[in-house]
Amino acid sequence: MAATRARVSSFSRNVSTETSQNPGLKHGPNGTMFISSGIPDLDKILGGGFSLGSLVMVMEDAEAPHHMLLLRNFMSQGLVQKQPLLYASASRDPKRFLGTLPSLASLKGDKSSDLSHEKDLRIAWQYKKYFGEPQLNLNTNNGGQHDYCNDFDLRKPLDRQFFSGSNVDCVSINDSPNLTALQDRCAGFLAKFSRNEGCIRTAGRIAIQSFCSPQCKYSNEEWHMLSFIRSLKGMARTSNAVVVVTFPPSLLSPSCSKRLQHMADTLLSVKTIPDEDKELAKLLTGYQDMIGLLNVHKIARLNTQVPVILEATTFSLKLHKRRFLVLECLNQAPVDGSSGSSYGTSGGCSGSTKTGSLDF
Amino acid sequence: MDWNLLDEALGLHHTNAKPWPLCGRFVLVEDCVDTSAAFVLHHILKRSFSSSPSSAVLFLAFSHPFSHYDHVLRKLGCNLAAQRDNGRFLFLDMLMLQCPEGKPDQNGLASVFEKIERVITALHEDKKFISIIIDDISFLEVAANGYSNNVLNLLHYCHTLTSEYGCAFIALGHKDIYLNGDNAAVIFEMEYYADILVRAEPLSTGLAKDVHGQLMVSDKETQHQHGISTIKTHNFHFKIKENVIECFYPGTKI
Repeated sequence: MAATRARVSSFSRNVSTETSQNPGLKHGPNGTMFISSGIPDLDKILGGGFSLGSLVMVMEDAEAPHHMLLLRNFMSQGLVQKQPLLYASASRDPKRFLGTLPSLASLKGDKSSDLSHEKDLRIAWQYKKYFGEPQLNLNTNNGGQHDYCNDFDLRKPLDRQFFSGSNVDCVSINDSPNLTALQDRCAGFLAKFSRNEGCIRTAGRIAIQSFCSPQCKYSNEEWHMLSFIRSLKGMARTSNAVVVVTFPPSLLSPSCSKRLQHMADTLLSVKTIPDEDKELAKLLTGYQDMIGLLNVHKIARLNTQVPVILEATTFSLKLHKRRFLVLECLNQAPVDGSSGSSYGTSGGCSGSTKTGSLDF
Repeated sequence: MDWNLLDEALGLHHTNAKPWPLCGRFVLVEDCVDTSAAFVLHHILKRSFSSSPSSAVLFLAFSHPFSHYDHVLRKLGCNLAAQRDNGRFLFLDMLMLQCPEGKPDQNGLASVFEKIERVITALHEDKKFISIIIDDISFLEVAANGYSNNVLNLLHYCHTLTSEYGCAFIALGHKDIYLNGDNAAVIFEMEYYADILVRAEPLSTGLAKDVHGQLMVSDKETQHQHGISTIKTHNFHFKIKENVIECFYPGTKI
């Protein structure tokens, strides 16, 4: 079956389905394709994953490196599925970063089976006959490589065999006087995935870390950086690749930061959670386990004008068993414990006034 | 023809005087990160084609490629590919346009000027109602390396076409970029010249599935009654669907 169809009817299904030929790709609505972000919860929130051809921008928090979690999972996911990767950062030896990428969760599936134990209802034995085969979790067995989205164990480094091949390219932007060299590298990389009407063989991933960090010589030239991102966006749009760029908005002028936010197809931001904040601890359940907050500002809408409105836009970043990155909706702690009228209500606590989520 | 509140606010339902009421007028559309107003452009685009068989559109795309607009307009009931083949829709893909860096190059955007002039003079011969649409002024600024004079020259030129050829000129800019005053000359001048200002904002109460935002449309009526020029303002809420925009007064959404 062709992975891209030339004419899509107006009534395309909004369900994303995997393509049997390439497990790393999934059909999305309106003739788009998804690849996984490497974080199962994030894929669900975004409605399937990152759209091919889109530019994802992540606004960093200067106080904490949580954006690295997103980048690492994104990169590992691509490597595990043999999707070529181009990685650029301001460090002198970007290849060393590959050694910090998380490995696939062990095939024992300890995460998924435990979670499923917690989540599934326990059915009394005499009713089991009415439910047929127990539902298989989507991320178990089958060897990790054949799933659309994998769980990654942040405490174990990725097997070297995944990135010692020729499908990983690392670029250091530390010594470059400007972004021209990186732009050429990206152009060359994206040209390998240019879109035509035939089927997609594989998708590409570009990960650019902290692209306007002060170590870079061009970090003062805002228009230069803006034109780089704009041309990257244009090139990505006509290719079967996803570009993820992280940047610290606090180091840019407000108008430059806003321009970058408008350029993004998908816009995320990460924030720290202060330690030992008694007010927050009272307000939220599970506060002690949270390492940060993730905000979803914008989700890519390619080939459609309908915006995606989420139930909640702020999620907590947690490490399940200190190994697996999970995103959870924020839950307000019960008031006083006894009068539990606030059971299950979601609330935003990141201080952004405009994005309040509605209760169900 | 089913007119909605947006059509009425833009004056599109006054088809007695001229089939395409936006002719000779400049519509500036503004939005922000939280609420995109691209749907206003899609709506105007669709209406322009159905206004008259001798209408045409010159579309300068800085933000999305043709395939995106083709998909979107198809769901709105408009076949852009066919209009393009009929010579009624001219799509100029500016996604990779980038002026060379260095000193403010006076000829940076000159190629764009020339293209526009060529297209308009050619179109003007058999099409009477031409619309020029720029889908993102802010990206145009990036393409011009931030040299506001070059950007303003181009925008002024497009504006003069409204009087010279009776074109309609519609452009979209992101208001929240200029809130700090940096490079605000571009948006301020555009707001000054605009005949109709359409501003999309999120609801002050936050996100909602049923209401995607609010629109404020200001029409600076150019007919002077007793020397007093009036500004008609419309405020309403909207919900964007694949094949229609629902507009309704606040609180009246069923």
